[in-house]
Amino acid sequence: MGRAILLDKANIPGIRAFGVYRAHGGYNAAGKGLLEMTPAQVQQEVIKSGLRGRGGAGFPTGLKWSFLDRKSTRPRYLVCNADESEPGTFKDRYLMEKLPHLLIEGLILSSYALGVRTCYIYIRGEFKYLVGILETAIREAKKNNYLGEKILGTDFSLEIYVHPGAGAYICGEETALLESLEGKRGNPRIKPPFPAYKGLYDCPTVVNNVETLAAVAPVIGMGGETYSKLGFGKSTGTKLMSACGNINKPGVYEIEMGLPVEDFIYSDEYCGGIKNGKMLKAVIPGGSSVPILPADLILNTSRGEARLLTYESLAEGGFESGSMLGSGGFIVYDEDACIVRNTWNLTRFYRHESCGQCSPCREGTGWMERILYRIEHGKGRMSDIDLLVRVAKNIEGNTICPLGDAAAWPVASAIRHFRGEFEAHIK
Amino acid sequence: MLKVTIDNIEIRVEEGTTILQAARMIGGKVVPPAMCYYSKLKGSGGKCRSCLVKVVKGSAKDTRPMPKLVASCSTPVQDGMVVENTISEEVQEARKGVVEFLLINHPLDCPVCDQAGECDLQDLSFGFGMEETSTVEPRREYPVVDIGKLIKLHMNRCIHCYRCVLAAEQLTKKRAHGMLYRGDTMEISTFIQTAIDSDFSGNMIDVCPVGALTDRTFRFKSRVWFLNPMNAHRECSKCGGRVTAWMFGNEIYRITGRKDQFGEVEEFICNECRFEKKDINDWVIEGERKIKRQSVISGNHYEHLKKGSIIHPIEGTTEPQE
Ligand SMILES: Cc1cc2nc3c(=O)[nH]c(=O)nc-3n(C[C@H](O)[C@H](O)[C@H](O)COP(=O)(O)O)c2cc1C
Ligand code: SF4
Ligand code: SF4
Ligand code: SF4
Ligand code: FES
Repeated sequence: MGRAILLDKANIPGIRAFGVYRAHGGYNAAGKGLLEMTPAQVQQEVIKSGLRGRGGAGFPTGLKWSFLDRKSTRPRYLVCNADESEPGTFKDRYLMEKLPHLLIEGLILSSYALGVRTCYIYIRGEFKYLVGILETAIREAKKNNYLGEKILGTDFSLEIYVHPGAGAYICGEETALLESLEGKRGNPRIKPPFPAYKGLYDCPTVVNNVETLAAVAPVIGMGGETYSKLGFGKSTGTKLMSACGNINKPGVYEIEMGLPVEDFIYSDEYCGGIKNGKMLKAVIPGGSSVPILPADLILNTSRGEARLLTYESLAEGGFESGSMLGSGGFIVYDEDACIVRNTWNLTRFYRHESCGQCSPCREGTGWMERILYRIEHGKGRMSDIDLLVRVAKNIEGNTICPLGDAAAWPVASAIRHFRGEFEAHIK
Repeated sequence: MLKVTIDNIEIRVEEGTTILQAARMIGGKVVPPAMCYYSKLKGSGGKCRSCLVKVVKGSAKDTRPMPKLVASCSTPVQDGMVVENTISEEVQEARKGVVEFLLINHPLDCPVCDQAGECDLQDLSFGFGMEETSTVEPRREYPVVDIGKLIKLHMNRCIHCYRCVLAAEQLTKKRAHGMLYRGDTMEISTFIQTAIDSDFSGNMIDVCPVGALTDRTFRFKSRVWFLNPMNAHRECSKCGGRVTAWMFGNEIYRITGRKDQFGEVEEFICNECRFEKKDINDWVIEGERKIKRQSVISGNHYEHLKKGSIIHPIEGTTEPQE
């Protein structure tokens, strides 16, 4: 396995520069799209490719684009979500740092398909050092007529602006992001209306993740059909995985979807096994928001099949025995890791990052954090475990945005699979 | 017209109507409680989640149920939609959860709270609250502050409904307060000690569903249920001048907007009417105002309790009365 189509050029010296990127075949896809294809054809290729959103939810990208309100006479916007703040997820940062021009190429093609003339990259405030890298790349692309007026002599014109956020996880949620981009407090909006109809400045808007938009370049380069043959089933193509925790080789890896989890953890090509020869205890496979799974269930499904790195396989078993691919933030715990402490730590994060707008999340995240703090610090009561389950259940599904679920799932799953550890902390 | 069924009751409504509005048209028991939605404030709703309902059928065209409970105040009706509120166990459970969330950091200092007796949170807790608290942690505490000469802010009691922010934005010329910070540390605050001073700022008191924003000129003067609410009016150059005067004998203790059965004022009133006209000669008194909602003040009778006796809920008080 292992065909890199996003990061294939990542280690070429000087690849951040336009000239080097171009010399290695960069912007060929942009040229092909703009000169040989209509916008509708570009979108058609994306639909054919089966590409799905890499920001967490895995929603089919072509389908999302087809919802864009094209009857509206107002401007349309494309917003690239580069807020990447989920604990365990650090793939977009790597992609932008290594290959800024790949992202820009993807943005050109996507904007062309969507009929967008203004595109924003909303980037996490802490990624300040990337702003310069991206803006340099934008300047270079403009100088070479890949951005600006009448790109490559066509009638298509595009400007890309980089907008740094102020460091709030919630501004990665697409409607909070739009509020923030408009200069307001980053509160998620109440939907409907959806961004495809009323997004940025009330105009039709598409929001996609960095990796999703970057992938549009190879999709057009190789053709949607060829792309769709990569991967496994409905999980087509490749996925960036950011691996961290108690492994020998933490880092960002591009995998072809369908790779068995076991290979990913133990092979030298990827994580290289558990550090110090310890035993695997648990994995959070898709960023801190998805359910944690114990070693046996992350390696094999409850039906005994090998667990694969695909949207479907990781979700197999539902909440009882499955998890999610999410954003691909792969956090590995060895036998010495304390699940209680870890759960408390994650809950602290969600409490801190809740925007506070809706009652279940505002009050529930704080409440769970305080209970977990007590358990971790030896002041827990046996009844606290069921109380946590109840609080998590009362948050889940009852909030404005998915941050509530994201806060509830780690707690519920940790107790589901490691109840004994919580009890041992309390005794 | 769109057909929608709520708790087995069918009604036809215009396009754009929300489930909550449709339920209010039906009236009575099927109306979900709304702690943040306020029909007269644009953009309100969606936040408290007390109005969650279950959509068991999306529409005639798409008969699938909606995957999650939805906020009835911000979900538009579709033709053929079927909604469950009081008849859904799941909704009742979720609402209990929401009430619990609203209460875990609430001081419940009703005995010294000017809102007691006309408080939406009291009503909601009465309907859905648990009898015992599950928290052992200390509650959030903030100092009580004066925001301007006329309004007192008890942040401890705030349920973060945003109504006052929207009221200030939509009724006054310059909003001087807003929500600071986030998550459970979020608080209502004036911009760096700016006093709230504008002809219509007093309406924030009326839209606040709890005792977080109260009238400084009425502070601790009386419990509301000892007062007689009277409809009154006067010529006013700033507002319609139609108010409720809360009286004891011939004395006016306070002036508020006229609240309807859903706890919303019929019209917003100006600060002059609210804070400066406390003399009976300022007003034409029209007659007693019937308070059309569940609340201590509409219970209409008091029971004398013997020491050790148990208080039983007054029958029907959890249901809005017509
Ligand atoms: C609390 C929260 C944080 C999120 N953070 C991000 C993020 O940092 N980056 C991202 O691409 N998507 C994030 N998302 C998902 C976005 O809302 C949105 O679904 C995504 O940008 C869509 O892009 P995609 O279809 O390409 O995946 C977040 C969602 C939530 C609820
Ligand atoms: S779920 Fe949390 S983060 Fe999302 S809107 Fe509600 S309070 Fe804000
Ligand atoms: S706001 Fe309502 S519930 Fe809270 S103390 Fe005052 S009367 Fe009691
Ligand atoms: S002060 Fe009152 S009106 Fe304002 S947000 Fe708090 S509860 Fe709502
Ligand atoms: S009234 Fe609907 S969410 Fe508050």
